Amino acid sequence: MAQIEGEVIKPYKANFLLTNAKIYTVTKGILEDHDLLIEDGLIKAIGKNIPQQNHTVIDCTGKSLYPGFIDSGTSLGIVEVNSLKETQDYMELGKVTPQMQALTAVNPNGVAIPVTRVSGVTTVLTQPRGGHFPGTAALINLNGYTPGQMFGGFKGVIMNYPSAVRSGSNDTRSLEDLQKTATKNLDEINKLWEKAATYLAIKSKGGELEYYPEMEQLSRVLNKELPLLIEVNAAKDIVSALEWIKEKDVNVVLTGVAEGWKVADKIAAAGVPVITGPVLTLPSRDSDNYDASYNNPALLQKAGVKVALRTMEAENVRNLPFNAGFAAAYGMGITEALKAITIIPAEIFGVDDSLGSLEEGKKASLFISDGDPFEPKTQIHQVFIDGYRIPMTNRHIRLYQEFLEREMQP
Amino acid sequence: MNKKRQLLAGLLIWLSVQVSAQENQSGDVLIKNAQVITITNGTLDNTDVLVKNGIIAEIGTNLKASKNTKTVDASGQFLMPGIIDAHSHLALEIINEASSPITAEVQMSDVIDPYDISIYRALAGGTTISHAMHGSANVIGGQNVTLKHRYGTHDPDRLIMQEAPRTIKFALGENPTRVHGIGKNLQPRSRMGVEAVIRNGFEEALQYKSAWEKWNKEKQKKEITTAPPKYNTRLQTLVDILDGKIIIHCHSYRADEIYMLIQVCQEYGIDKIVFSHVNEGFKVAPELAKYTMGASVFSDWWAYKFEVYYSTAYNAAILTKNGVVTSINSDSDELIRHLYHEAAKTQRYGGLTDEEALSLITINPAKQLGIDKYVGSIEVGKQADLVLFDKHPLSIYAIPQMTWVDGIKYFDRNTDQADQRLKINLKRSLDPYRISSGTHNCMQDAQALFTENHHH
Repeated sequence: MAQIEGEVIKPYKANFLLTNAKIYTVTKGILEDHDLLIEDGLIKAIGKNIPQQNHTVIDCTGKSLYPGFIDSGTSLGIVEVNSLKETQDYMELGKVTPQMQALTAVNPNGVAIPVTRVSGVTTVLTQPRGGHFPGTAALINLNGYTPGQMFGGFKGVIMNYPSAVRSGSNDTRSLEDLQKTATKNLDEINKLWEKAATYLAIKSKGGELEYYPEMEQLSRVLNKELPLLIEVNAAKDIVSALEWIKEKDVNVVLTGVAEGWKVADKIAAAGVPVITGPVLTLPSRDSDNYDASYNNPALLQKAGVKVALRTMEAENVRNLPFNAGFAAAYGMGITEALKAITIIPAEIFGVDDSLGSLEEGKKASLFISDGDPFEPKTQIHQVFIDGYRIPMTNRHIRLYQEFLEREMQP
Repeated sequence: MNKKRQLLAGLLIWLSVQVSAQENQSGDVLIKNAQVITITNGTLDNTDVLVKNGIIAEIGTNLKASKNTKTVDASGQFLMPGIIDAHSHLALEIINEASSPITAEVQMSDVIDPYDISIYRALAGGTTISHAMHGSANVIGGQNVTLKHRYGTHDPDRLIMQEAPRTIKFALGENPTRVHGIGKNLQPRSRMGVEAVIRNGFEEALQYKSAWEKWNKEKQKKEITTAPPKYNTRLQTLVDILDGKIIIHCHSYRADEIYMLIQVCQEYGIDKIVFSHVNEGFKVAPELAKYTMGASVFSDWWAYKFEVYYSTAYNAAILTKNGVVTSINSDSDELIRHLYHEAAKTQRYGGLTDEEALSLITINPAKQLGIDKYVGSIEVGKQADLVLFDKHPLSIYAIPQMTWVDGIKYFDRNTDQADQRLKINLKRSLDPYRISSGTHNCMQDAQALFTENHHH
């Protein structure tokens, strides 16, 4: 056996007592100078002067605790190098592939995963793209050796709502043509929907069915086993989508919603939750105010819409807190922006019994910081995911350690 | 119909007034009681800045101005120098002349689009100067142009910063090898070929130079009978680079290719070179510090293609600590709107001080563009490119309130209206909805030669 040098620091589970912290519970206010006890991967207790037994004590004096952040829309884990087709696992052939599972393609060893989690983002929705029904998105926690270990307990089927607006400055189609294309695409979707309804009817009556994975998956949307995540961005398309879901008895989340601010009241009236972002992006039209995309989350939230945020990034999901910070500065306020990346997505994904806030009995997915995590100056000191202490290292940090001081060859 | 016409005529008159209003403004303003972040001389509490004719005239307390000078009460706010972006493609009609591995003769100053709404949006983010560059399709691309964001003019030339020295775009690595090597079966197909293209170009330029020198010498003698060498703009531009008249801004990623070009430049006696993107600059930081005018980097972009897979967000911090003149650039119409935030990321990744971080988007890019005599800090005698923030610009909650170029206010958050384009160009085709994905356009106009669409 050759000499092997260096140590690998692995995530590990233990009982941790975090003492004298400022605890941002999200759901129960801010607790000054409190302790938080992690046992068996859960938040066992939050209180003052929790007695120390066989715990690893971490003194958090002058530091803050936050629940792990949730990014509600990414391709983290399913692409390694953006431009290399060999590493793009987010898109399957065909327009109708709702049965394609993002979770299947998640690479637990993706280099971007440790890069992301040291920023306090502990959980992300990772999603396929392309076509009418690109596949099924999955919530993943950013720790684990297999996709199964990483699975965060939520799946949703993605649908791209047909668009009737021009898609860019090179798109010169007439409004008539645009409408035609959109109508044609919606007809295709409606036919699929009817087919799925037929499939479900036969299935629920115990009839014999041929193997038809597309319909099998869509039928799970129709019987409310799985929610439908409808990607729609332009105001006109959003209004059309709201009409479309009126007569559908399914669980719907609208995603994207870049021009939601134009029709916020309609979205609020429909009572549909929204996942919007990135916040740090250009307005969708030249005629918009320069800050339209910064204001969008606040305007939606103030109209009464339930808003979660997303980055739509892969390697730079670590910018989620900065997207939230911009949303906060441009009208949303820190409290609501914090909710939009913690408890609100947890509620939308139906995992608020275990994630999204610091409460006794919830999973210990949280982090220690030396201040407001939206501020770039703030350092994240320690991250926990499901009670695992996450090593605060990644390739970016290791390169920093190696190259900060380097000899110059003569 | 008539009513409509009247309305339109009225609108046109109003618009022309709008335009001339800014073009005829004098650059006089007194900004009072701000926290003044000078960049080069510390940060001054409750300080006034007096601007006369577009130049910073005085910095101090209780300053007085003439009656006609507008006064801005900036109590509790933060004034910093206008932000400078050393790598942008803003306000250009076209980015790449991808017809040859060397196209040194083309000039971005010929394709300026003064109507680009991105100029206004950059101002709204406090960015007052951008380096409008040729793209990265060619090993030696075109000559760039340094722009001052004097938005609201019909005249492209009014955007040019006349004091700025000439700069040229070089590009190494994947982009030129894909465009020419894979796309056209032309050298360069590899990083070896990239070096060869540069050396061949320089050698040909030297021959060209000596041919002219020889002929000019003969011209001094009487009765010259030989014809002059054929004039060639491409080769003359390369000669100007070798003569130190042009600053190279080189698109680069990997340490090996950065090291290669440093060596080539050393060999040919070139020291006016800035490396751009430079994702692996941190590996050759001592060399960059010793032999170049510095590195202009992304705050945190990586993994969008293979040559940036081994990146670190600590790049700017490592370079800064190693004494490299470092700037943070956008290469994007989106990032140019919040370079103050991009700079702030160096505090998360590497713990840079406020002054170090803000230097990355002010005095350092000014040095790299050869314009630090005029801009990049708040000093008496410098041009009054300024931006006022409600909070410290490195805070995530900071919002730019007003932006001045040459002492003229071009952005004011309180009077921002939708569709600022209409202030200068009614004919601009009406706007499509655009799903903002690729805001990066380093490879624009060379896309036909590509199979993918990620291209810085």
